[in-house]
Amino acid sequence: MRSDRSTTAPLGLKIAAIGGLAFLHIPILLIFLYAFTTEEKSYQFPPPGLTLQWFAVTWNRPDVWAALTLSVKVATIATAIALVLGTLCAAAVSQTRFFGRETISLLVILPIALPGIITGIALRSAFSMADIPFSFWTIVLGHATFCIVVVYNNAVARFRRVSGSLIEASMDLGADGFQTFRHIILPNIGTALLAGGMLAFALSFDEVIVTTFTGGQQSTLPIWMLEELIRPRQRPVTNVVAMVVMLVTFLPILAAYYLTRDGDQIAGAGK
Amino acid sequence: MSTLATPAAITPNRPGLTGRLSDFLWKHPHVLLVILLGPPVLWLGIIYLGSLFALLLQSFFSIDDFSGLISYEFTLSTYRQLLSDANFDIIVRTITMAAVVTIFSALIAFPIAYYAARYAKGKWKAVFYLGIMLPLWSSYLVKIYAWKLILAKEGILTWAFTKLHLLWLLDGWLALPIIGGNSLSVSYTGTFLVFVYVWMPFMILPIQAALERVPSNLIEASSDLGGTPQQTFRHVLFPLALPGIVAGSIFTFSLTLGDYIIPQIVGSSRLFIGQAVYAQQGTAGNIPLAAAFTVVPIVIMGLYLWMAKRMGAFDAL
Repeated sequence: MRSDRSTTAPLGLKIAAIGGLAFLHIPILLIFLYAFTTEEKSYQFPPPGLTLQWFAVTWNRPDVWAALTLSVKVATIATAIALVLGTLCAAAVSQTRFFGRETISLLVILPIALPGIITGIALRSAFSMADIPFSFWTIVLGHATFCIVVVYNNAVARFRRVSGSLIEASMDLGADGFQTFRHIILPNIGTALLAGGMLAFALSFDEVIVTTFTGGQQSTLPIWMLEELIRPRQRPVTNVVAMVVMLVTFLPILAAYYLTRDGDQIAGAGK
Repeated sequence: MSTLATPAAITPNRPGLTGRLSDFLWKHPHVLLVILLGPPVLWLGIIYLGSLFALLLQSFFSIDDFSGLISYEFTLSTYRQLLSDANFDIIVRTITMAAVVTIFSALIAFPIAYYAARYAKGKWKAVFYLGIMLPLWSSYLVKIYAWKLILAKEGILTWAFTKLHLLWLLDGWLALPIIGGNSLSVSYTGTFLVFVYVWMPFMILPIQAALERVPSNLIEASSDLGGTPQQTFRHVLFPLALPGIVAGSIFTFSLTLGDYIIPQIVGSSRLFIGQAVYAQQGTAGNIPLAAAFTVVPIVIMGLYLWMAKRMGAFDAL
């Protein structure tokens, strides 16, 4: 009999798990190495030498800056829209009972569950049918649509934990609905919204498939990357941009993790 | 809250515009519901579903062979074109790739999820969680770019094989029909590796969630009753983890099915569904055929989700 749960894993499992994680992380580490390589014409490994010069070269590239600015602008506005719409939807689904609740959840998840190319081509043909020219706003429109789900998921999970009696107590003590929202609901869901917003930002900042269909002539940073991937022209600059993009997306993910971590432990997540 | 007067037993209506509005919404919860749901439902309904239906509608039109313009008459000829040999090959190739990618993703993801769910404790739990989340959320294009560096002829993989004196193995593999090619970056093997790398992380968390829900006394009961670890795994743990695997496979399968960027950058010139859609709507200008092509993943995913639901996979999400 083995009533004590063994706390050490079998060796084979350990190797498979660590090997799996290594498979996930080694390519990312390579990106960091290649940003410093002196080789310009090929992807030679090991790099013949290391240099910092490509950071300066990239810093002085107006096209990279333009793409980066556009990406940040699009991601900011798309996140703002997604925050409002996702929170409204989460509030309705978690605080009330109504006919068709399941359908609403499906509707929110659909833009991300169906392959991005379908969302992209559907939006593109709709824009061309409605004679809407491609612009900054058509990119935002597409991004906001699939960012809603991230905010919604985070907000719904948190709303479930905001106890209804807290809201009733606030109302009983004479606060009106707006005061209750301002002083009771918002502080409770704030970190979840911040986490959802950061993930939505990361999602939009990185999006390429839908953007290729709704972007027209403008290029966001992922579009710039994609062009370099198909026709490599300036490998060293691409290496540096790849590393910066990696770092920029890491920060919101880490922040989102620390913001939602404590709450998840209280709720006994995963049990 | 010091500004609020002590309320009487039965409070009068709240003063002021916001007070009256708040009272009104409290008494009419349906109005509140409409206000809450209205904006997101209108946004998704009009912008998303509207364009989706408009696209699907186009698949019932056809393109005029002579003028190259779309003729807006109901016809099934586009679907007949979809099932022609060349296009049918594309569909079969994509589904095969998605299935193989899903199986290998499950094989790699399971040990990670299993370790994270049952053995990782405290600090290691956080390390595993972040170790899964960072690759999952980090930039899609940069991940593909990393594999372009790895698979290049002068890249790290060739270097490693040379150092290990195993270059003959790599060359032998590339000489194989279908899965081989001139180099890894233009072969199905390369496409497959990148697909697995990019979509596999989506498999880990659902499996981990399913495994964490398995009560540990079930495992103990099984070994008390004389089950060897292998038997316990086969008859207790695996069946209980299966909904999680199916839930994860929804992502890997669907994402592989629709992807057109990975096979375009790493792979042979033979098309996948996503590339076919892209080519038809772009250079060929045949929107009806592109629309018909998008119906394929929608139908397959519909069937897949229906089967997954019957296996209880949605509880594992």
